[in-house]
Amino acid sequence: MIEAINISKNFGKLKALNNISIATGAGQSIALVGPNGCGKTTFIKCILGMVVPDSGTIKLKNESIAAGWKYRSMIGYMPQAGRYPDQMKIGQVIEMLKDIRQSASSPDDDLIKAFSLKGLYNKRMGTLSGGTLQKVSASIAFMFDPEVLILDEPTAGLDPVASEALKEKIMAEKQKGKLFLITSHILSELEELASHIVYMQDGVIMLYKTMEALKADTGENKLSRAIAQLMTKPAQ
Amino acid sequence: MIKIVKYILLDILRNKIVVAYTLFLFAITFCVFSLEDNTEKGLLTLLNLILFIVPLVSIIFSTIYIYNSSEFIELLVSQPIRRKSIWLSLFTGLAGALTLAFIIGAGIPLLIYVRSVTGLMMILNGILISVIFASLAMVAAVRTRDKAKGIGFSILLWLFFSLVYDGFVLFLLFQFSDYPLEKAMIFISALNPIDLGRILILLKMDVSALMGYTGAVFKEFYGTEKGLIVSFSAMILWILLPLLYSLRKFNRKDL
Repeated sequence: MIEAINISKNFGKLKALNNISIATGAGQSIALVGPNGCGKTTFIKCILGMVVPDSGTIKLKNESIAAGWKYRSMIGYMPQAGRYPDQMKIGQVIEMLKDIRQSASSPDDDLIKAFSLKGLYNKRMGTLSGGTLQKVSASIAFMFDPEVLILDEPTAGLDPVASEALKEKIMAEKQKGKLFLITSHILSELEELASHIVYMQDGVIMLYKTMEALKADTGENKLSRAIAQLMTKPAQ
Repeated sequence: MIKIVKYILLDILRNKIVVAYTLFLFAITFCVFSLEDNTEKGLLTLLNLILFIVPLVSIIFSTIYIYNSSEFIELLVSQPIRRKSIWLSLFTGLAGALTLAFIIGAGIPLLIYVRSVTGLMMILNGILISVIFASLAMVAAVRTRDKAKGIGFSILLWLFFSLVYDGFVLFLLFQFSDYPLEKAMIFISALNPIDLGRILILLKMDVSALMGYTGAVFKEFYGTEKGLIVSFSAMILWILLPLLYSLRKFNRKDL
């Protein structure tokens, strides 16, 4: 469903993405792992059009996203650290996005209920804790029933209850055949959620396999062990 | 796009600085006309005040506002909205709010005291200057992520157009006083929106002695009617060109 062909992006001298190519299909749930600063977030931002790649094309449903904008209605995005206008209230942000997107189906309020955000609607974004911000970001990402969900470190900063609720939601949406792209450093959590694994290092995709294949290849049955083996071993 | 403009405009109009700016304009306009019996003289005093304050407030406020909306912009960019509409909405919101502030602050007293075409011209002039400097602010803010640099750049722009430029023109005039510079002066004055604003009013007021060099040349060269059209179109260009440049930059900006 999402296809990236030879994507490169430099920030000054730093090669954030170095000729990345990947093809993903609907129903997959892809874990994007790799050390800090390996280009995971840059890659995600390229898909969203927030960062413009220096070269290469990204296709969503076989259509190039360059200079497009309508395709973003198919994507729900939960940023790593969501930034919102400080003076707006939670309720205002959510109402504004509903107003702007106006999807045909009624908005999906499951996460708002699960996180009991309604009670906090009058709080200003500037006063929220990191965890509450994450809750708002997650609720917004799932709200418009998108076909692709991009979650950048979804459970970082969430309390155990909230993080369970979010995982349940992810599982439920996975059943509907949506494409998930999840980055996280908590491997045990990815083990539950992901069907495929993409390992990135220094702006290059080192590996793209199904979870089973990875475990079989490394001879480990825990993802954390398998990844640890990859990280310590030189590139294949 | 209209929806985004609505959110931005409402946000700006709630801003205390815009309210203070409106009250300030209101106060000085009233003061000028209460102190001065001769409306013509009052208009000239007001013109100089407006050409000093309006660009300053417009460009600094707009630049700071754009930087403070970086979160808002980021939020919208990941939504199915054209980048173009986000940027143009921001501009429309700022230009609209500043225009509104000018109309309420200076426009109403002007309409009360000066019932002539010149009064209307003054309002139009103030609006154009507000919008031009909002447009220049878009350029200042799109160039760098660093807020301090961006605001510094916008202060420099204002300083250049309101003070340095005049000095530069005078310097040219003295250095090349032996040559006929009339036509060149017309071109040079079109490169400064504040000069254009001054010409726009002075052409209408028929106070050639007070017009200054560029104004006199302008009137001689074009006559009132044509001069008005030329200076007006030059001001419109001053709105469009910076805005289009900043839009191009914004479309390729990494957020």
